Amino acid sequence: MTARSYSGISATERAVPFVSWWSRMWSRNAPGYLFLLPWFLGFFGLTLGPILTSLYLSFTDFDLLTPPEWTGAANYVRIFTADPKFAQSMRVTLSFVLFSVPLKLAFALGVALLLNRGMRGLPIYRAVFYLPSLLGASVAIAVLWRQLFAGDGVVNEFLLMFGIEGPSWISNPRFSLWTLIALAIWQFGSPMIIFLAGLRQIPTDMYEAASLDGASKWRMFWKITLPLLTPVIFFNAIIQTIEGFKSFTPAFIISGGTGNPINSTLFYTLYLYQEAFSFFRMGYASALAWILLIIVALFTGFSFLTSKYWVHYDN
Amino acid sequence: MSTSVVLQQVEKRYGDVEVIHGIDLNIDPGEFTVFVGPSGCGKSTLLRMIAGLEPISGGNLLIDGERMNEVPAAKRGIAMVFQSYALYPHMSVYQNLAFGLETARLPKAEIQQRVQKAAEILRIEPLLKRKPKQLSGGQRQRVAIGRAIVREPRIFLFDEPLSNLDAELRVQMRVEIAKLHNDLGNTMIYVTHDQVEAMTIADKIVVLQAGIIEQVGAPLELYNHPRNRFVAGFIGSPKMNFLEAKVEAADAAGAKLRAGGSEIVVNRAVGAGGDEVTFGVRPEHIGISEGSGVELANVKVDLVEQLGGQTMVYATTADGQALTIAVDGQRAVPPGSTLTAYVDPARYHVFGKDGRAI
Repeated sequence: MTARSYSGISATERAVPFVSWWSRMWSRNAPGYLFLLPWFLGFFGLTLGPILTSLYLSFTDFDLLTPPEWTGAANYVRIFTADPKFAQSMRVTLSFVLFSVPLKLAFALGVALLLNRGMRGLPIYRAVFYLPSLLGASVAIAVLWRQLFAGDGVVNEFLLMFGIEGPSWISNPRFSLWTLIALAIWQFGSPMIIFLAGLRQIPTDMYEAASLDGASKWRMFWKITLPLLTPVIFFNAIIQTIEGFKSFTPAFIISGGTGNPINSTLFYTLYLYQEAFSFFRMGYASALAWILLIIVALFTGFSFLTSKYWVHYDN
Repeated sequence: MSTSVVLQQVEKRYGDVEVIHGIDLNIDPGEFTVFVGPSGCGKSTLLRMIAGLEPISGGNLLIDGERMNEVPAAKRGIAMVFQSYALYPHMSVYQNLAFGLETARLPKAEIQQRVQKAAEILRIEPLLKRKPKQLSGGQRQRVAIGRAIVREPRIFLFDEPLSNLDAELRVQMRVEIAKLHNDLGNTMIYVTHDQVEAMTIADKIVVLQAGIIEQVGAPLELYNHPRNRFVAGFIGSPKMNFLEAKVEAADAAGAKLRAGGSEIVVNRAVGAGGDEVTFGVRPEHIGISEGSGVELANVKVDLVEQLGGQTMVYATTADGQALTIAVDGQRAVPPGSTLTAYVDPARYHVFGKDGRAI
């Protein structure tokens, strides 16, 4: 009998050539690797490869036509020291995230609370409210939004019924970003569905106990619903913030790809797109992409760090 | 001062389906009443109707003589302990206990004093800063009871409060709840499906089945004088034996029954000759020694369980009916053997075809 080591592989077995070991491992695990193959191809070919390439390109000057030229940290230095459009696009994106995410979450939670009251036809309402989330990021909806908020758009025609002459919302830098925020809020379906699932998880016993204590609906909301929903709020906030930072299509369509008026809708991703595909500064665009990634990662990390103070997990 | 609860023809309907069928019940001030019955019998629904968590479809609910049907739950002077404990997981034990008092906007000093007092009664003072997830099942149960105590209610309601605990803790908490009742003296209504729990803590047991009351009475009254076969089978552990029997001869003073392949003479009128009846006897009222009663039947022993203080014998009568016998002490009864079962003539029951006790 061969003495076995703690790893379960005997000394004799360890001594066999690598090829033999590999063929044995392969014959044992081949079906598993075969099932994983599509994911491996996708991850290494379409995700990890381009990510690492863009990291390399961010340290180069590359115009797609000539080979990339190593420039060290020049792109990053320029971004932080000599690029007013970077600061503007960051301002626009942060404003968008800062206003659209809390408003969208509040709206989604409000509708979820209404739908959670056990009304008839709930699946229909759920589908209707979820629909904008499916359509929201599409080009067609962005075009529709442009028609709604144009100078002679539906919104102004509606306001005119009350004698109010509205501005051209899209071409006025004071309002243009708000039309995009409104579009983002309109896409509240996805967080709403998650809130609805979270609300269903709160045991009715807790509300019954509170009602025996004489708690009003308002007190129940603040003292029971909201604290017990914090894991879901946290999840939604993270996802929606990342979505907010990545937001591109509506700003691209509504501003015609320019980020105007006066760069008031110059989202970060739109600026990145301009640098890459309008000016063919791929190296610079790659550096912008990496800065966005770091900002989103920092934000997410900070959120997780603070979560222990305000997110209540049952277990 | 304790509080009375009166139910008058109380009904509960969900659409066209009636689940509680006109219940009449008087609960005296300070009484510990237990609603007991199988799953789906309506005991929890009835409790929730008293609490104000379920609307009453018909009849009257009177608390201290005052009609309460439309009075909101919070204004009935009731506190309830839920099966799931219903503790708020994001609040500390102190905050859980204080929640109702803060809702009622009591002064902070009074809240603190009441919470402290309840914590002392339930011996949970060291736990006040902990969150529910840091407590054991028994500790959570205590906190849930504490939340009821701090409100100083007129009536305590318990909805299967021990069913999530293990057997040992259940016994311990059962004793504590009984002690609490003795100390506080409040009217308490308790729901359980466990008849042992009901027998051990109740002043009055209400046996429910399919939305009606089968019998109301003191634990031993139900045990000794069950009104029907359902109550006889439900109250008592192990369960009462029921033998299908036929009246062979009967007069006003007694009757001769054939049950279990033997003849049994009963000393009460049980109908007329030829009637089919059920002969009921509790396992602990059957003996296997000569002289322990009148002869019931010769039985074949199938299985024997030694419980230490008691020997359980599972046997079959000559006509194939199952008979469980519980005898005190450790008795050597070999499985497969035949023995004669004797019954205490004062402790058997006879039920008519409609299930009512004769």
